[in-house]
Order: sequence, then structure tokens, then C-alpha cells
Amino acid sequence: MQSLVIVAHGSHLNPESSAPTYDHADTIRETGAFDEVKTGFWKEEPHFREVLRTVEGDEVYVVPLFISEGYFTEQVIPRELRLDGWDVAEWDSDGLSADQATLVAEDIDREVHYCGPVGTHRAMTDVIVRRAESVTGDPDVGDDFGLAVVGHGTERNENSAKAIEYHADRIAGRDRFDEVRALYMDEDPEVDDLPEFFESDDVVLVPLFIADGYHTQEDIPEDVGLCEDHTQGYDVPTEVDGTRIWYAGAVGTEPLMADVILERAADAGADIGTALDDVRETTRVAAGD
Amino acid sequence: MSETAPDAGRDDEFAVPDIDLPSDAFDAVRSALADRDPGDRLRFEGFAVGVDDDGYTLDPAGGDARTGLSERDLHAALVERAPAVTDWYAFERVVGEFGPRRAFLRWIEDADGETVASRYAALAEGIERAWGELKITATITDRGERRYDVRHEADAGTPVGDLDAYDDPLDARDLVTLDERGRYRPLKTAPTLAGGWVFPDLGPRDAYEVIETIYPATVANWHREREGELDVTHWRETMERQSGIYGVVKTWDRGEGYEHVNWVAEACCDDSQCLKRREWQYDDETDLDVDGGDGAFPCREPCSVVVSAARKWTRLESEQPRTYEFDLTPSEKEQVEAIIDAVADGRIDEIREADTKEGANRYRTRFLRAKLFDDGNLAGVPTEPDEDAEE
Repeated sequence: MQSLVIVAHGSHLNPESSAPTYDHADTIRETGAFDEVKTGFWKEEPHFREVLRTVEGDEVYVVPLFISEGYFTEQVIPRELRLDGWDVAEWDSDGLSADQATLVAEDIDREVHYCGPVGTHRAMTDVIVRRAESVTGDPDVGDDFGLAVVGHGTERNENSAKAIEYHADRIAGRDRFDEVRALYMDEDPEVDDLPEFFESDDVVLVPLFIADGYHTQEDIPEDVGLCEDHTQGYDVPTEVDGTRIWYAGAVGTEPLMADVILERAADAGADIGTALDDVRETTRVAAGD
Repeated sequence: MSETAPDAGRDDEFAVPDIDLPSDAFDAVRSALADRDPGDRLRFEGFAVGVDDDGYTLDPAGGDARTGLSERDLHAALVERAPAVTDWYAFERVVGEFGPRRAFLRWIEDADGETVASRYAALAEGIERAWGELKITATITDRGERRYDVRHEADAGTPVGDLDAYDDPLDARDLVTLDERGRYRPLKTAPTLAGGWVFPDLGPRDAYEVIETIYPATVANWHREREGELDVTHWRETMERQSGIYGVVKTWDRGEGYEHVNWVAEACCDDSQCLKRREWQYDDETDLDVDGGDGAFPCREPCSVVVSAARKWTRLESEQPRTYEFDLTPSEKEQVEAIIDAVADGRIDEIREADTKEGANRYRTRFLRAKLFDDGNLAGVPTEPDEDAEE
């Protein structure tokens, strides 16, 4: 029996924090690729500490719904899941290449496959592009458009910037958008000055965050100048200093994220059948609006 | 907990319902026999069956075995014993082996203590169990299938048609997100579950999923406790484990006693705040002095809500007390106490707008502020002693 456990941050304050986790779990359940799909949280229930004891399967794949490798994926989750003998060296990662480690979880005395975070998987690049398609309602968006991939800078986590640059570079390499830039919230190039970094009249701004919350709903819209105060809301697109900014909100809410979760589990050895094709098909952006 | 589990001797009071033997139960018996070694009997309550080259064997407890039965004979014998066969089928094939689910569903009908006959009679009447704020009612169909009605205990007795009915356990996620006033519930086991809904007709697996969605991991922990295997992690150990922004909490324990943890437990873990029964203590040698509560399911370590609050208290409690001087009338002192009580007990919404007898009444409180606050400071006394000098 094959089980998928999606672990995410969650929130004590914001009910929207766990919404993408539940949505992607539901999408994956629909594919039937796993006998069970469970969710566990740092700030909600079941907690990381107790989620494994709710799992029935003997082939357990744990996928962190986090953007980058760092404190949570390297310290908190392995500790709270009680992965016996965990050492970050198990991943042998350069900050982007964590794939999986197979360890016994002491809580259930069974092996689990502990996967790298979704945010650094190569398939995440497609989710960022899909997010741009969703927010513009154009499955072919690219010509005459710039794309800004935005995240924390290195102040909080060195690997956060690595993940953003990695995906921005990959998208640039596809020659789909006229311009692609990695921008940051707390270091240069700063998202506050977005129009200065683009020549295109239209720029899609995709924040590399898992869930909508303070950063994506208050910080970034105000910093970029989409609104004076987030409570006023903003239009999509909104023109700022001559640039039409198509603000996408957290990339993690894009339905195609389910695909990356599946990819992570498949890379760790899960048999997922045709689930990837199913998810790509069911989460497509329809042409026209 | 409300219990109407079957009592011994109830067979006389309630009729055992007529049970038909469904073909899937019969097929499951044949399939189970085919997978067994010859001579290895499949056991039901009151009898066993086997299969060998001569055909099927029926072996009643305390009676002579009948051998060489045809499939038709076997079927007829099992139809006569349909309650025992459907009971086997329900737990061995429908519920399955997974420990927490199996133990919970067997507990509902006391399957490890009562006979099939008395349980079926009780199920025909409806067996009610409480779990947190939930009321679970187990019944049985004429094919021996268990059905479960799960709803808020406050909706006991409300016709299903007057409630919002659901059948997908995942829908329970939306029912637990907000309380009755639309406020987010960060703690699923807080006694603030909103009512007005019902899962009127669940099978066993879905009933378990609904319970586990509304109160995550409570069945798993209850099961471990019943097995004598609950892994309790006490306060000290939990705080020592914290890191990052929560690492500071370990500095709150200074080897000067555990009164601060009593206060935490009284604040957060009382039954009025959380339905889990606190089993963790200060450490494995030092019990807390406050009651752990009466919940059906245990709390095995300080939860993330407690750890987050403890982080705040660690910082606040590092401050040294100072002496401030305020002049209050006796009634004003009592009013301050009444306001603290009302907020701590979540009573402010119950206090009527014009009920000025209540110290925490809004007009009374606004009057107190108008009279005593000067530039945001109580009685004009600055929080920092040198605040005036700085200005």
C-alpha cells in the first residue's frame, strides 16, 4: 500500500495558508495514484509530529510543500517526523538538488522516503509559466511580455535566492517571454523597482511562495505600488510607472503544483502510473477568457 | 461520555434484527477459505468453517462437525448464521487491519466485549458514542452493514433534513475551519466546533475518516494509549527540542520550579480551551498541579499553539516587575478584575450592551477609559519610568 504525505507550514492565524495543500492533495487523490494522501503541518493538525501515525501504507512518500531547501526541510521536518539518523548530507545537495532520502521514522518504525521540497524541482519551472498563463488567461502568453519571478532574498535563506534564479534562468532559456528577471523582497534587484528592470509594457509578477498570506497579499502589492494599502485591493493588471503589472499571487496556489508533488514522489520511487498526464490535463488553462 | 453500548443480557430486552447474508460476504468467506491451508478453520463467533477435498466443513462450538458439505450446504448454513458471518465480514474485510481505525470502530459497538447478538440488537436501536463535541450513532442494515451518523452533539435530536448533510469525509475540512462566528480555529480540538451539519449515512471507513478530519490524530493517539504505548513528551523535552525563533523557549525553564508551566496549562489546556486530556507534565518526574481534563483522547505533548504562546511568554516573563501607583476606587479595581475574567473566559459577547451591572460591559469599560486614560496610559502613569523625561 502506497501513501503520500504532503507536509506544509500552515498557520495559526490565516486559514488560507493550508488551502493549497488541501487542494493539491485532492487533485492527487483524484488520480488514484496513491492508496491514501495525507496532509501534515507545522502550525496545524495533524502536526508533523503525529501525521505519520495516521498513515496506513507501507510505502510512504513524504513531500515538503516548501519553496527552498533550508531550515524547514533540513532541520524541522526531519526532526519532527523523527527520521532516524537524518543528516542533511543524505541529500548531498548543492542547495537545489535534494531528491530523497530513505530513513526509518521512529514514530512508526517504518521506512519513509523523505523527498526534497517542491520549489527546487525542475517541474516547478512549468508551474511558474502556468501561473503566468492563468493570471493573463492566455495559454500562449510570452510575446511582448516580461516575467518577474519574485521571492525572499538571501537574508532569510541563501537557498531561497538560488531557487528563484534557477527557475528564472530556465524560463529565460526557453525564449518564450521577451524578458525574465529574478527579483527579491529584501535585496537588489528589488521588486519595489520592478518597472526599472523591464522594457516590456506588460510584466507578469509571480511570487515564489507556497500560500497566499502576508507577503503575497500585503507586502509585495504595496511594495510594487499596485496599491497604497492592501485593504484597497488592486486590479490585474495594474499600471505602475508605465508598466502593466499582472500580479499572479502565490505560485503555490496554481493547480499544476500537484504535478510537482507527484514528480517528487515518483523520483523517490513511487509508482504513479499516468497521474502526471492526468494532472497536466485537468489543470490546463483554457484558451480565451 | 454518553454511552449506550450494549449491556450483557440485553438480548432479552431487544430483538436481534433479521439479517440477510449478502453475496459479497459469502464470496469473501469462500475466498478466505480458498486461501487457507486444508484443515485450517475460519473462525466466526460460535462456529468455524473449513474446506478440504471432501468439501466444506461446519464446526459449531460445542457440537459435532458436519463434513463434506456442498457449496449450497455451506451457503445455507451461513445464511442461518448471517449475523456472525456479516460481523466477520464487516471487520475483516470492510474495516480492515489498520490499528486505530479497527480499534475505534470496534470500540463503538464494544465488539471486544459483547456478543454478536447483543451488539446487533443494540445497533438496531442505535448505539451512541461521544468523541469531543461529536455524537456518533452507529446502526445496522438488514445486510449486517454498519452505518454511522456523525454530527455535533448540540444537534442531537435534530432531524437530518434540518441540517446540512454531507457524505464526503473531506467536506469535514470546511466544517472545522471556522467557529460559529466565522473566526478561524487554529486548534482543531478547541471546544468551538460549529454545528448545523450532519454526515447521516457513512460506512465504517468514511466514519473513521470524518472523525480523523475533525479531530486529527486523536484516534491514533487514543489507540496507542489503549495499547499502553502512548509516547508522551513532557514540557521540558518539548521545549529543549525547539529551534529557530522558538529556541528561546528553553530559557524559560530556569530550574526554579514549574509554576510558569502550571499557568500555561491553566491558560491553554483546560477543558474549556481544548478537549484533549493533557497527559504531558513538566518532566517525567514532576507532575503539573493543574487538572489535565476529562477528554476521551489524550494530548501527548505541548502542541504548536502552546509552543508559540510560550515563546511570547518567555519574552514577556523575562521582564522584571515594577511598582506602579494608580488610584482606583474599589469598584474600579473590581471592574478591572471583571474585564480580565470576561476576556479570559470568552464572555464579552454575552454581556449585553445596556447591562451596566457587568464590569466588562462596553459602556462601563469605555467610561473607565475616558476617566482613567491619559495619552493612552492608565491614570497617566507612563510604562517606562523615564518616559516623561524623554519627552
